Amino acid sequence: MQTLSNRRGLGFWLQLGFTLLVCALLTVPMVMSMLAGLTANYFVGLKSGLTLRWVEEVLRVYSGTILLSLQIAFACLACTLVLGVPTAYALARRPGRIARLVEELLMMPVAIPGLATALALIVTYGGVGDLRSSWLFILIGHVLFTLPFMVRAVLAVMGSIDLTTLEEGAASLGAGFLRRFATVVLPNCRSGILAGSLMVLTLSVGEFNLTWLLHTPLTKTLPVGLADSYASLRIEIGSAYTLVFFLMIVPSLILLQGLSKRGRPSV
Amino acid sequence: MPDSFHLDAVPIRLERCGKTFAGSARALEPLDLTIRGGETIVFLGPSGCGKTTTLRIIAGLESPDPGGRVLFGEEDVTALPIERRNVGMVFQSYALFPNMTVAENVAYGLKVRKLPRPERARRVEEMLDLMHLGEFAGRRIDQLSGGQRQRVALARALVVRPRVLLLDEPLTALDAKLRDSLRLEIDRLLRGLGITAVYVTHDQGEAMALGDRIVVMAKGRVAQIGTPREIYYQPADGFVADFIGTMNRLGGTVRGGMLNIGTASLPWSGADGAVELLVRPEDLALASEDDGHLGGSVAAAVFLGDRTRLVVEPTDGPALTVDTLGRSELGRGDRVWLRVDPARVLAVP
Ligand SMILES: Nc1ncnc2c1ncn2[C@@H]1O[C@H](COP(=O)(O)OP(=O)(O)OP(=O)(O)O)[C@@H](O)[C@H]1O
Ligand SMILES: [Mg+2]
Repeated sequence: MQTLSNRRGLGFWLQLGFTLLVCALLTVPMVMSMLAGLTANYFVGLKSGLTLRWVEEVLRVYSGTILLSLQIAFACLACTLVLGVPTAYALARRPGRIARLVEELLMMPVAIPGLATALALIVTYGGVGDLRSSWLFILIGHVLFTLPFMVRAVLAVMGSIDLTTLEEGAASLGAGFLRRFATVVLPNCRSGILAGSLMVLTLSVGEFNLTWLLHTPLTKTLPVGLADSYASLRIEIGSAYTLVFFLMIVPSLILLQGLSKRGRPSV
Repeated sequence: MPDSFHLDAVPIRLERCGKTFAGSARALEPLDLTIRGGETIVFLGPSGCGKTTTLRIIAGLESPDPGGRVLFGEEDVTALPIERRNVGMVFQSYALFPNMTVAENVAYGLKVRKLPRPERARRVEEMLDLMHLGEFAGRRIDQLSGGQRQRVALARALVVRPRVLLLDEPLTALDAKLRDSLRLEIDRLLRGLGITAVYVTHDQGEAMALGDRIVVMAKGRVAQIGTPREIYYQPADGFVADFIGTMNRLGGTVRGGMLNIGTASLPWSGADGAVELLVRPEDLALASEDDGHLGGSVAAAVFLGDRTRLVVEPTDGPALTVDTLGRSELGRGDRVWLRVDPARVLAVP
């Protein structure tokens, strides 16, 4: 008994220590930055006192970018759901050379630097109507960038369940294609769809590379505004901005995480 | 069993149904087969012989090569997809919906058929009771044992009152004991319902117990169609003989209406010459030296409870398997004599 718990104790403490170290590595800079957004004067330090002044200023000046970011993120989610889920389904049902090729092609925007993709978009569609000055231009970039993540996440779940047989079972009971898709395919891929949605939302809200090239002064998203404020304003404002960003993204992360846990299919 | 469970018995006819999958050899040679209404027919054969393919052609999950036709009664269903054929299907892996409860699984087909809710609830409950699943109605599929899942799969297929019930190795995933009890249950159910059923298996015991007729298949062809007795006692060829049960092969010669095996000469009708004879283990009897036809020594004795299976090595020729009923004290090395009943011996063509 004693040797067992001793041995486990050592391993346990080592593991705990390592985990905490990694966590600290990841979170300390974030916490520092958020704290900076709450201090009255960063150069004096915490003893200058805590204040919400900077946060208020960010909300006053940048609320437009926050709303636009959210608008683009949810529009992007809608697009990737409508495009990505059927794509994943088609790829899952027809495994073969062509399907693999399509999968690789879909990954292109992830592999190529965002700036290059953005340039390509501008060269190709920049002259089309008012698109260049519309938020839809950024949306197109975001959909291009996030779609593979949705497809991959859904495809992973579709590959882990025997979709063909489930569908054949539903068909044998008289269900046509649309009904099968709605009552059997979608519910059983729920965890993948939720995981994909989570990825898409967070990637879209935080996307900078593409967006920086695609944006105009009137279509500024949160990360672009963040870069501006870091470059041109007091460090406290930039940090307060980071704080706002976190407050926005973390609850949605937790929410989706919880949802995907509950929806995980148990086989 | 309530009257409402009695289903229409629709005959099935396959006409020249072959199947060639893209990029591979022909999986099924063109097949003609009539399944009578209310009959349980079993497709039996080794792995890869085309049983599932045939079943899927009947179901509508696979279409036969051009020229093939599938008829349910007088209706040509060749062009109909499975969802419009009104068949019930039980899959080897059950294909139950993990996102639904037991009751929802069973109700699925009724919902698709747009039955009013009260009628639906009544039929689901009736069916769950029939399959002894009443207490599991609210459970999720992953909270059921293998045997319970199997019964849900059957209930789900039957509740819609299909024209035909198709089962693809429905018991393979279960352990031996459960298999036996469920086999009896399925047998009782199929007889009670009077439904036309097609059952695929590679287990000859299952085939014997369930089939009104058995279709023995080999390499995409039908080797023999017949009742279990016909298949067992009059196998059409060496393949069927070997595949069903245990079969001994004996060499003999015929001369002038007499068959010579071992030391014996038995009356025999057939042309003169060497013949190969097939004998079941239970048709070889132990005898005294005076009555015996073949002498040999026991190479192995396996006690099986109700009988003892002996492997006897005759003075010449391949080893023979002999079943003896009752208490036998024979063991390795003992000398024995065997009697052959000419009425129970088959000569392979
Ligand atoms: N979709 C397919 N594509 C290509 N070949 C196939 C396909 N389905 C089956 N086959 C081939 O057809 C032949 C018959 O297959 P089938 O599934 O009917 O065999 P089976 O008798 O059911 O065997 P088992 O007892 O292993 O289930 C096999 O050689 C198999 O490899
Ligand atoms: Mg099979």
